[in-house]
Amino acid sequence: MHKVVYKKQLSHDMFWMEFEAPYVAEKAKPGQFIIFRVDEYGERIPLTMAASDKDKGTVTLIFQAIGRSTMLLSQLEVGESIVDIVGPLGNPTEVEGFKKVCVVGGGTGNALAYPVAMGFKAAGLEVDMISGFKTKDLIVLEEEFKAGVDNFYLVTDDGSAGEKAFTTQKLEALIDEGKQYDRVVTVGPPIMMKFVNEITKKHGIKTIASLATIMIDGTGMCGGCRITYDGETKYVCVDGPEFDASLVDWDVLIARNAYYMEEEERDRNHVCRLTGGVRYYE
Amino acid sequence: MNKQKHKTPMPAQDPNIRNNNFDEVALGYTKEDAINEAKRCIGCPKMPCVSGCPVNVRIPEFIAKVAEDKMDEAYEILTSTNSLPAICGRVCPQENQCEGKCVRGKAGDPVGVGRIERFVADYHMENVGNDGVEPVTEGPGKGIKVAIIGSGPAGLTCAGDLINLGYDVTVFESLHKEGGVLVYGIPEFRLPKDIVAYEVGTLEKKGVKFVRNVVVGKTMYIKELFDKGFKTVFIGTGAGLPMFMNIEGENLVGVYSANEYLTRINLMKAYLNDYDTPIKKHDKVVIVGAGNVAMDAARCAKRMGAETHVVYRRGREEMPARAEEIEHAEEEGIIFHLLNNPVRILGDEKNNVTKVECVQMELGEPDASGRRRPVAIPGSEFCIETDAVIMALGTRLNNLICETTEGLEMTERGGIKADEETGATSIPGVYAGGDACTGAATVIKAMGAGKNAAAAMHEYMQANK
Repeated sequence: MHKVVYKKQLSHDMFWMEFEAPYVAEKAKPGQFIIFRVDEYGERIPLTMAASDKDKGTVTLIFQAIGRSTMLLSQLEVGESIVDIVGPLGNPTEVEGFKKVCVVGGGTGNALAYPVAMGFKAAGLEVDMISGFKTKDLIVLEEEFKAGVDNFYLVTDDGSAGEKAFTTQKLEALIDEGKQYDRVVTVGPPIMMKFVNEITKKHGIKTIASLATIMIDGTGMCGGCRITYDGETKYVCVDGPEFDASLVDWDVLIARNAYYMEEEERDRNHVCRLTGGVRYYE
Repeated sequence: MNKQKHKTPMPAQDPNIRNNNFDEVALGYTKEDAINEAKRCIGCPKMPCVSGCPVNVRIPEFIAKVAEDKMDEAYEILTSTNSLPAICGRVCPQENQCEGKCVRGKAGDPVGVGRIERFVADYHMENVGNDGVEPVTEGPGKGIKVAIIGSGPAGLTCAGDLINLGYDVTVFESLHKEGGVLVYGIPEFRLPKDIVAYEVGTLEKKGVKFVRNVVVGKTMYIKELFDKGFKTVFIGTGAGLPMFMNIEGENLVGVYSANEYLTRINLMKAYLNDYDTPIKKHDKVVIVGAGNVAMDAARCAKRMGAETHVVYRRGREEMPARAEEIEHAEEEGIIFHLLNNPVRILGDEKNNVTKVECVQMELGEPDASGRRRPVAIPGSEFCIETDAVIMALGTRLNNLICETTEGLEMTERGGIKADEETGATSIPGVYAGGDACTGAATVIKAMGAGKNAAAAMHEYMQANK
């Protein structure tokens, strides 16, 4: 069992929660993920870790309550537990071989970009961060980023906070201004990562995308997480989760990730009178 | 002596009822059936059946006890070499092993060893149970720690043999439930999950510790296990990444590996309403391949309500699945397209699967496997419309552990290199066996490997006390 030791709501559907998971915390590195299961009936859901603390034996998950399992997770209070956390899975973020990096986060992806950006800082790199959100109410981790990176650029789609721009526009503007990045790392909705890649490709900047796909075991057994990469099949769980964005077949990835959208929608729209949230069986 | 030429029939659910439920297909012998079948064994002195069994079950001995209606004694003999009889009685390919060598098979059916084995195990479970099983506290292994990685058939067998010798056994499992392929792969209707849980429970009562959610190679490394005081390690992590054909359209939406489809159903219980894991109810499904896993996937798809088709590039004779599985699948209404091979998978503008393009094949000269090589007939392409495609083509090896274990040698095919007799790897104290070494094989072969390794580990630990 993995107890909730800290919980903070970041926006209407974004949560910051810390769980006891000493085995995972012992080994976790930026860029790696875990798979959790809420209860005996639960799905196995992969989430990139936002942070981990070896001494406290905890891992931090920052997530959007968007599907059934993340909604159930968000309803837990400090002291309550979930049944499973397994990890750390996947490969850690590569931090060597370059000096100046721009991290581009979109929406929830900012939560996952946070440990990556901090990992770069810890490795002594110069880090610029572009954080994009739809609107002001959805902004998360602004203070943390400001305190942690060299230059922080906040953008919103509607201009309600920061600059009114898409992350891609901001990235292009920075490059045009003469910023020299030898790597861009992007975490966010696949469609955003696809367009980030299109910009950096023009400028010849190597771009790494952190992918989140549908998974079951997370160890290379089920093959559900596979993507088309440079014409070949790769497994996000064991070959990733980070890949050269220019070699990912984004359209296939976007389509595969939408496979259970109907089920997700159904769970989101059903308001249970018992829980006030998602339907609870039994 | 029962001179009846044919096996005593095993009652089964009617095909047109069972293809709508996940309950067990074969219903098992009654005591009378079991005794009747046991009397068909002539107790021949050469005992070819025993040599056909990877764990050398003392077959004629336990069958003789069944014939005498001494079920408890039969169970003792059976479990002296086989720690998972209820499982083996259901999923072993007996026709290639014990029963394949039975003298009675020369003129009629062999003795139904598997069916009798299943009866003895089930009878014991029902009438005796494991409530009285006590922890093993004494033995040559007392106080010596052993780590087993993976709780599939190889790991469970190895754990069972070592706990009986008094070792302090810990099994690390990467998933949230013990059993490996027995729980995520083999469906409920062939192997009820309660039986797996019962066998795991028996080991637990004897003192085996199970630790879930530990991926050795990620959560923990082999070296650390030695640092923690484990004296030997057995790696039984099973087969790895599912194989695909490398044809166009394989990553379209609605193309699954059999592993994924089966795991959703068996481990995650997606077919039951109160479990959260989603699964699509397809109108039509095409399964590619004809091994046991393909049959399992096809029969699951049928139970999920789909019109189910199996496409296989060779002929009936070459199908690798057990004859019984193929017969069951046919009875349940699964449609076979033999000598057909998919060449590409087509999708719509949303990347959803719409059809599989196949080409007809004919059989040419025998290939390296001894089976006749299928050759495409030019111009014979045709399409099967479908909503989903399940690829059941076997697995390639997973190197999570090799990557993180310095000095652990691999085979050319990417498996863990281990001595066939003892399971010893290139690292002293580290043993391995089952699909992790050989690639996808059978439950009983993995059990045989686990058993051999346990004996070698025991010898090693006693010598290095």
